[in-house]
Amino acid sequence: MAQSFASVSSAVRRSPQMPDHNFRYWIIAPSVFLLLLIGLFPLIYAFVVSFQQITMTDYDTSFAGLVNYQALFSDQRLWESILHTIVITVIALPVELILGLALAYLFLEKMYGKQIFISLIVLPTVISPIVSGATWRLLFDQRYGPINQVLSWIAGREVVMLWTIEPILVYPAILICEIWQWTPFMFLILLAALSSVDKSLTEAAELDGAGFWRIFLKIELPAIWPVMAIAILIRGVDLFRIFDMVWALTGGGPGTYTETISIYTYVQGFRQFETSYTAAIAFLIVALMSFVVTWAIRRMGLAK
Amino acid sequence: MVILGRYLLALSVLIFFVFPIYWLFAISFKTPEEIFHFPPVWYPQKIQFANYWVLFKDGDATSVWNSFILAGSSTIIAMILGTICAYSLVRFKTGGENFAVWIISQRLMPPIAIIFPIFLLYVFFGWVDSYGGLILLYTAFNLPYVIWMMRGYIEDIPIELEESALVDGCSRWAVLWKVVFPMARAGLFATAVFTFVFAWNEFIFALVLSRTEVTTYTVQVTHYFGGQSNFWAKIAAMSVLGTVPVFITVATLQRFLVRGISMGAVKG
Repeated sequence: MAQSFASVSSAVRRSPQMPDHNFRYWIIAPSVFLLLLIGLFPLIYAFVVSFQQITMTDYDTSFAGLVNYQALFSDQRLWESILHTIVITVIALPVELILGLALAYLFLEKMYGKQIFISLIVLPTVISPIVSGATWRLLFDQRYGPINQVLSWIAGREVVMLWTIEPILVYPAILICEIWQWTPFMFLILLAALSSVDKSLTEAAELDGAGFWRIFLKIELPAIWPVMAIAILIRGVDLFRIFDMVWALTGGGPGTYTETISIYTYVQGFRQFETSYTAAIAFLIVALMSFVVTWAIRRMGLAK
Repeated sequence: MVILGRYLLALSVLIFFVFPIYWLFAISFKTPEEIFHFPPVWYPQKIQFANYWVLFKDGDATSVWNSFILAGSSTIIAMILGTICAYSLVRFKTGGENFAVWIISQRLMPPIAIIFPIFLLYVFFGWVDSYGGLILLYTAFNLPYVIWMMRGYIEDIPIELEESALVDGCSRWAVLWKVVFPMARAGLFATAVFTFVFAWNEFIFALVLSRTEVTTYTVQVTHYFGGQSNFWAKIAAMSVLGTVPVFITVATLQRFLVRGISMGAVKG
């Protein structure tokens, strides 16, 4: 009796491995296959092609060495596009973070109709970036758009600002659209994080006479940092690969003035058909991003 | 006074975030005279659907249907494959932490870097401008998100239920089907909705891999940008057609919104 019980329980314990001990691999196989096909294959392929000299007119697959990589360094338009992307990222990211945090404090306390406010403010974040770019293009129109109209009221005379054409104004236009769409994202995440901070700690600090900034820096910021770090990571990565919204709003123009790294790569690959050169750019981007993202994921503790 | 100030501030914030959406909707109901009127007309005099009717008459509205087919099919496939993969990661620790990090890093790759080689691959196989090609790409592209999110939701399921089902003689597949899927149904639903929205709003893959047959609504919107601004009504109406479904689906899962967009960093 005792022996049969023991054999039953050992059979139960072994059951994860028996009788289908390959089960754990069978169920990851399809996903891994797809990820390798879409994630790894293109990288290897791009790597190979980047050492050849394929263009629209010339299908030259002979080994060309580092020609394309050397060309990267002297490609002024490439480095300008990287600069544009960095400018957009380093301005938009802190602004979204600070505005999102300020909004989170505004809606942290109880207020009438709070849930309705939040639900409506969040709407821009779920819209397609293409649609948001198109929407702001209509808003920014110099004659029929409402923005110049409102500015005219404020100025007391007719204001004609060419938001998506004038070089001085296109970056503010892109940044306004970007901040409009993604501040709610920061707001929502930071509001949830702030709501879960232990109230007894902040109240005790308040009783001890600590001011708002002291409480924020000593108690709330450390508590919300893990979540905040991930929000920054997600937005940072999205900003670095920004394409859709700028494409809809300015198309990279005027000229190449607002061309981001993604737009430039697209133009090289699908307008100029510089196949091998585009592959080299793609590989540069991936190498750069892999490095930064892997570092950031480990650094910020996204991996549990 | 302070309370009044807070409400005024909240109200102005609300106007900033909602007015652009209002304006988009308003244009879609305006007549051409109202759209191209100076100074701007702040609301349409009469709600009329001519701008939408044109889209349906010309067949442009098919692009919304294409978006639905692509996003819907890829979501279903990605949910099934991703959930079982996540189950293996959680319960068997398959591949360990490095494998999980590799999966999420796939999600963070810039689409532009992988789309070019994929385009060449698709040309080679003749998959450009086909439903299957884009569904495959959207599925693969959303898999990391599904795996990552479902990993979190499956961790929340008590392991005892699965163990007792195994003792009762259920096979591994039966445990997945009868215990894990029902227990994780809230998480499955929330993840599926987000996956759907990501695929629905996607632009760059659709731009590169569609020609005429599988144009999505996001690509269709950009077709109306031209030298002359005559197509404002179409831009607005098509954008609204593509945006309303997103608003409706997201409204159904307020409770999971934060967890969904923060990639599980905040557990609501």
